Amino acid sequence: MATYDFIFDGLGLRGWCGEKTNATMSMEDLLKARSGETTSLWDTPFPSLDNLHDACPAIAQTRGLTGGLENGFLAVKDSLKVVLDPITQPLSWFLNGALSMFQTVPWWIMIPALLAVVFVASKSWRLVALVASFILFLAFIDHYEHAMQTLAIIFVCSFICVLLGVPIGIAMSRSDGLQRGIIPILDMLQTLPPFVYLIPLIFLFSVTEPKLYGIAIILYAIVPVIRLTNLGIRLVDKDVIEAADAFGMTDRQKLYGVQVPLALPNIMAGVNQTIMMSLAMVVIASLVSAPGLGVLVLRGIRNLELGVGLISGLGIVLLAIILDRVTKAALARVNTSGQ
Amino acid sequence: MSEQVKISIQHLYKIFGDNPEMALEHVKAGMGKPELMDEHGHVLGLQDINVDIVSGKITVIMGLSGSGKSTLIRHLNRLIEPTDGEVIVDGEDVLAYDENNLRGLRRSKMSMVFQKFALLPHRTVLENAATPLIVRGEDREKALEEGNKWLERVGLQGSNNQHPHQLSGGMQQRVGIARALTSNSDIMLMDEAFSALDPLIRTDMQDLLLELQKELHKTIVFITHDLDESLKLADHLVILKDGYIVQQGEPQEILLHPNDPYIVDFISDINRARVLRVRSVMDPTPSAPDNVAGEVDADDNLESLIAKSDGDTSICYRVMSNGEQVGVMDMKDLVKALVPTSAAEGGVRGNY
Repeated sequence: MATYDFIFDGLGLRGWCGEKTNATMSMEDLLKARSGETTSLWDTPFPSLDNLHDACPAIAQTRGLTGGLENGFLAVKDSLKVVLDPITQPLSWFLNGALSMFQTVPWWIMIPALLAVVFVASKSWRLVALVASFILFLAFIDHYEHAMQTLAIIFVCSFICVLLGVPIGIAMSRSDGLQRGIIPILDMLQTLPPFVYLIPLIFLFSVTEPKLYGIAIILYAIVPVIRLTNLGIRLVDKDVIEAADAFGMTDRQKLYGVQVPLALPNIMAGVNQTIMMSLAMVVIASLVSAPGLGVLVLRGIRNLELGVGLISGLGIVLLAIILDRVTKAALARVNTSGQ
Repeated sequence: MSEQVKISIQHLYKIFGDNPEMALEHVKAGMGKPELMDEHGHVLGLQDINVDIVSGKITVIMGLSGSGKSTLIRHLNRLIEPTDGEVIVDGEDVLAYDENNLRGLRRSKMSMVFQKFALLPHRTVLENAATPLIVRGEDREKALEEGNKWLERVGLQGSNNQHPHQLSGGMQQRVGIARALTSNSDIMLMDEAFSALDPLIRTDMQDLLLELQKELHKTIVFITHDLDESLKLADHLVILKDGYIVQQGEPQEILLHPNDPYIVDFISDINRARVLRVRSVMDPTPSAPDNVAGEVDADDNLESLIAKSDGDTSICYRVMSNGEQVGVMDMKDLVKALVPTSAAEGGVRGNY
């Protein structure tokens, strides 16, 4: 006897519900049947799908919902793959290319090259010295290769984030409707636990393909660059925009000559955030075969190797400091030259 | 002098709100600004504006904040779209322009100077001054050369490679004026161009504008809330209140014949002796009376004449213009003209 029998009996729906089969009783039901207690008002269960199902088998159980979602996804998976596979294939090439480049170039070329990039971006010898000491330390404790793998993945993913995110941000800044549509998506991408969107990606792509973790990182890290590009362009001084209109600038001249240059400090802040978030995600992505320092962290957790986990964690912190300082130094240069 | 109308504004209405057409009918039926706000939630921006802006002259549109003056000037180059009415520039209806024609108008016929300067902060002073030509797609070298020429003309040498934020407000506005001049347009729109500047620098800039105007004869539409500034600059003065024109005309005429208590209030505080000119208060007669003490120019202000007469009200002066006598100035009339409000009317014999 289930709690909500009276509803279906009262409405005369018993025939529609069909006969109850008592074959599959849960342990809870068995115990209840044995003790012969009837449920008091105090213990009345919420009329959830499972409880209604007890009273009327024609109503689906909750596990039917999750199961249905899964079956639905599996049904569209193949056709989805036909579309997504070719589109995302370049991502695999980029990642493989970058990974092999960072690993095949010998360290005595790679490290000076990275330091040269740091100097060009920051024009600061102090920062170059800091970065050099960090990289040399990582190399000294034999984490050079893992660190380079992580860097390679971050470079590729951040670059693609900027490539896609800035145009999306610009489009959003020009249309309030688009902004209303995209902001909930961005909110969702930012708040959904990163593990959750790994799951459908595993179904869609083979775990051996780099694009699997590439997509996961990009989805997670693209949010700030979109948001801050949109915000930056919307914050451009209305008076200056009016002046641009008054002198007859075309939309194109206005975008490249006024809006983007004036929004650049905000866009760069977004790029900085994007890089930091892709670093955070690259660790989680090691669950789906992303190489790099994350693999060592994962090993530390899995085998409870405390030292391995702590040292690789420190390596990630050092990389984070390097990336943050260099992008912030570049941002500061944009700020001073831009005003 | 040819009184050629450059811009003609006819029956211009602007109503802000969700359904301006509906509100327009009420306004045309005689509803006022407060009622429109209360009953329909629409803001009446401009109401039946008719102004003819004469070529080569400075037209000043004056009003307090909220009077719609900045809204009005933005209708001339359609930064704001009107609800109803016509704006005719050189015989062409600007409101019928498509996007391309409008851009052409803004690029080569009208330039604008802004209250908050609105220079491009990431470009150098020289690039800013050359902006109109660069926007038009002209050769960059030539554009910079032209920009440099106008920067020097407005008295701003040696700052070419600085960025706008490195300059003081007055210097930034000189760049703004140089930018407007570089476009070589006939019409210059100046939206409270000097309002953000210190009083002394403002006076300098007014002098600069008058000096440039003597040479260039642009058609200037100047917006201000400052009566002294408008009296100094205006060839034609339009006074705006709550979106409609209270009075327009030659500034001296408005000063001597204010047709509205609002304007009487407005002009009661100014130094009339400095603003009024001899030609506005003299007796326009070719005959010379016996007691002439000397000759004065028709464009002298009353202040200088009082100084000249040493305060003696019993004498007369012969008023000269271009070497000919155009009238006689009795010092008694002069003193009467100094009394503000409509009481001064008895003493006025203008030549209008």
